[in-house]
Amino acid sequence: MSVGSRRGFLGVAGLAGAGIALGACGGSGGGGTKPRRGGTLRAAFPGAGAKETLDPHAQRQFVDIARHKALFDRLVDLDAALRPVPRLATRWEQRDDATVWRLTLRRAVFHDGHVLDADDVLYSLSRILDPKAADHLARTSLGVIDLAKCRAVGARTVELVLKRPNAELPSLLGMTGTAVVRKGYRDPSRPVGTGPFRFRSFQPGRAFAARRFDEHWDGAPYVDEVRILSAETEARGNAVQAGEVEYAHEMTPTFARLVRGNPRVRIVATPRSGAVGFVLKTDRPPFDDPDAALAMKLLADRRRLVEVVLGGRGEPGNDMYGLGYRYYPRGVAQRERDVAEARRLLRKAGALNTPVTLYTSTAADGFVDAAHLYARQAAEAGLRVQVSTGPPETYFTDLLDRGTIGSHRCGAMPIPTYISERLLTGAPQNVTAWERTDFDGAFARAQALVDEEERAPAYGRLLRTVRDAGGLVLWGHADWLNAVSARVHGVAPAPPNTVDWARFDTVWLG
Amino acid sequence: MLRYAARRVLLTGAQLVALAVATFLLTALLPGDAADTAFNEQAGPEQIARLRHEMGLDRPLAVRFASWAGGLLRGDLGTSYLGHRPVTAIIASSFGATATLALVTATILLPLALGLGLAMGLREGGRTDRVISAVTLALTAIPDFVLALALVAVFSLRLGWLPSAWVGVESGPALYVLPVAVLLARTVSHFSRQIRAGTRTALHAGYTVQARRLGVPRVPLVLRHVLPNAVVPGVQELARTGDQLIGGVLVVEAVFAIPGMATALIGAVQSRDVPTVQGLTLLLAAVALLLNLVADLVCRRLSPRTEVLR
Repeated sequence: MSVGSRRGFLGVAGLAGAGIALGACGGSGGGGTKPRRGGTLRAAFPGAGAKETLDPHAQRQFVDIARHKALFDRLVDLDAALRPVPRLATRWEQRDDATVWRLTLRRAVFHDGHVLDADDVLYSLSRILDPKAADHLARTSLGVIDLAKCRAVGARTVELVLKRPNAELPSLLGMTGTAVVRKGYRDPSRPVGTGPFRFRSFQPGRAFAARRFDEHWDGAPYVDEVRILSAETEARGNAVQAGEVEYAHEMTPTFARLVRGNPRVRIVATPRSGAVGFVLKTDRPPFDDPDAALAMKLLADRRRLVEVVLGGRGEPGNDMYGLGYRYYPRGVAQRERDVAEARRLLRKAGALNTPVTLYTSTAADGFVDAAHLYARQAAEAGLRVQVSTGPPETYFTDLLDRGTIGSHRCGAMPIPTYISERLLTGAPQNVTAWERTDFDGAFARAQALVDEEERAPAYGRLLRTVRDAGGLVLWGHADWLNAVSARVHGVAPAPPNTVDWARFDTVWLG
Repeated sequence: MLRYAARRVLLTGAQLVALAVATFLLTALLPGDAADTAFNEQAGPEQIARLRHEMGLDRPLAVRFASWAGGLLRGDLGTSYLGHRPVTAIIASSFGATATLALVTATILLPLALGLGLAMGLREGGRTDRVISAVTLALTAIPDFVLALALVAVFSLRLGWLPSAWVGVESGPALYVLPVAVLLARTVSHFSRQIRAGTRTALHAGYTVQARRLGVPRVPLVLRHVLPNAVVPGVQELARTGDQLIGGVLVVEAVFAIPGMATALIGAVQSRDVPTVQGLTLLLAAVALLLNLVADLVCRRLSPRTEVLR
């Protein structure tokens, strides 16, 4: 039997990302100056104390991920619409219905002079997938890779074999915790990567410094040095206003209002940086009845929630994750508030006279405010929602099995990843307790569709199913707010964890 | 005196042991453990359970305490659950900032409070007394964090004279100005009022009146008779000021993002990093207990009459 075209390497991706990257530069602001070399950029992120780590596979907080991004590269990254864009892999091709993938590597140099090869990639994957490393988060999503069957085809070509078909492999390789390390890398305190900056120093919970790496494959950074510092909200805000840092990550709408008109500070807002909402437990009364769940979606006054909780910095949500991202279904009517209908549904479900508890916490900005506002909105239909507040440190774990309604937020990630981590039977973050075997099967089938034209509507149908019958009340899509000093240029709006986010090699000081 | 000192030292030791047990139990009472807090919202129950096992947190409480206490007896404070650094390294890297802050504050505090207290006490009811009293009383009433934020708003954000926090600025004496000012505000107020009261009492005491009647000039009178008696209540107050400083440091380190022991402690409590919490609490408590011990002993030496009374 000859190897027919179906069995050949199909679906060359790769260059698709270039055009999008250019498109994203439009709103960077302060773009009047020409790029200039030199200087030290200081960026402040919310800190995580002793938890902070230089191990790029033990991803935890944004501050860690930003530091790893300076030192390391991934094979693939994600653009603002969460589409895979080439980084260390210049192209990828799949065959056998997306079970075998071939990745071509670019010529990239590690900070110690070694040239990236296929063995580094295979070593990195085996390190990420190490069964003994409980803190390697990407292990779950990359678990689809059958490591024993993967091989180096040449010095710069890797063949990855999957346990089951998955057309989303490129996106999975672009998630956090997937950095390519040097073969034999063991000691996280001596990071050697291919990233735009070369490691200088690190004090957990405090500071990190790295120097420009001139041989970076994407061109040398403009700034000589980047310092990524840990600081709490108040300190970040003060430091960027006082000119002690040039970049402050994750600022509140209140801060944005405070610095309006301040010539020294600019807010870089990234719309559609994830979703905020409530989760309803669909495995217990009253929300095991889809009517009761739908009523809760109809009760939310989304515009008011966006206005009050997000300070107007966001858009109303339509109970589907991923507005603005690849695969988000088009043409679904915006869900509007309908108190009378909600009341009718609640009565029909027999849920109107039983108070429900909304379990929330200060774990994220706006959670408690949103909970109280939503409780008031529910009261207009005669439903009593009691707000109870839990400890922030363990809230997200507690919520997995506690409560009937909870607070929810989710950063930017590809829609299939959101579904696989949150909406499948046995998924690690299944906060709505949404367990439907037909849904699971439909998702597995969708993921195996090689043709994107077929895959997109399949995912769209899944999102619509959850929108109508599931436990997600996604009332808003928040803007992500960073503050930068007026001296800083080239900061592109980008949802967290995408390619242009926390990217300091393309930034310059004026 | 010796017997008293021995008794106090033993008591201090017992207090430390009780504190170690209490801290351990209280940390255990907090909801969640280090495995729960490690991933934030990113991991599922399975992954958390695996990490919990890796950290040894699935062992019974008593076993965990015994293994920690056993290590302590060998001089080993254990290893942080997160980041896997030895607790001694965490203490070492955070001790410097806190100690410098405390020392600088104490160095300024003592002469300043003594001077202000004497100035107030010697001219009771005079203009100096009234002005200083008004300022110190006002400062006592302002919470540390409010004062800190106000100082930052004025001196960092508006005037741009001083750094707002230890974030982008590496080092230099300027970093200490605002934090030390906040720490001084309350302690100087308390301490100087104590000295003022002592001065007043000593000034009106029979022996001072008699000395004055005998024609002892004012300066020797103050130095030889008033001052030594005025500082006795002050020494006791000094130990309490030490406790206050430790409390104030918690606030000041948080507001100014100072990478000291308080910051490390707060972070460790939030992430349920028990070995680090234990190590830092014990050290801070030891310092506080030691201060009180020394103050008690010094007081007794300065004013032996309390011994007769006992």
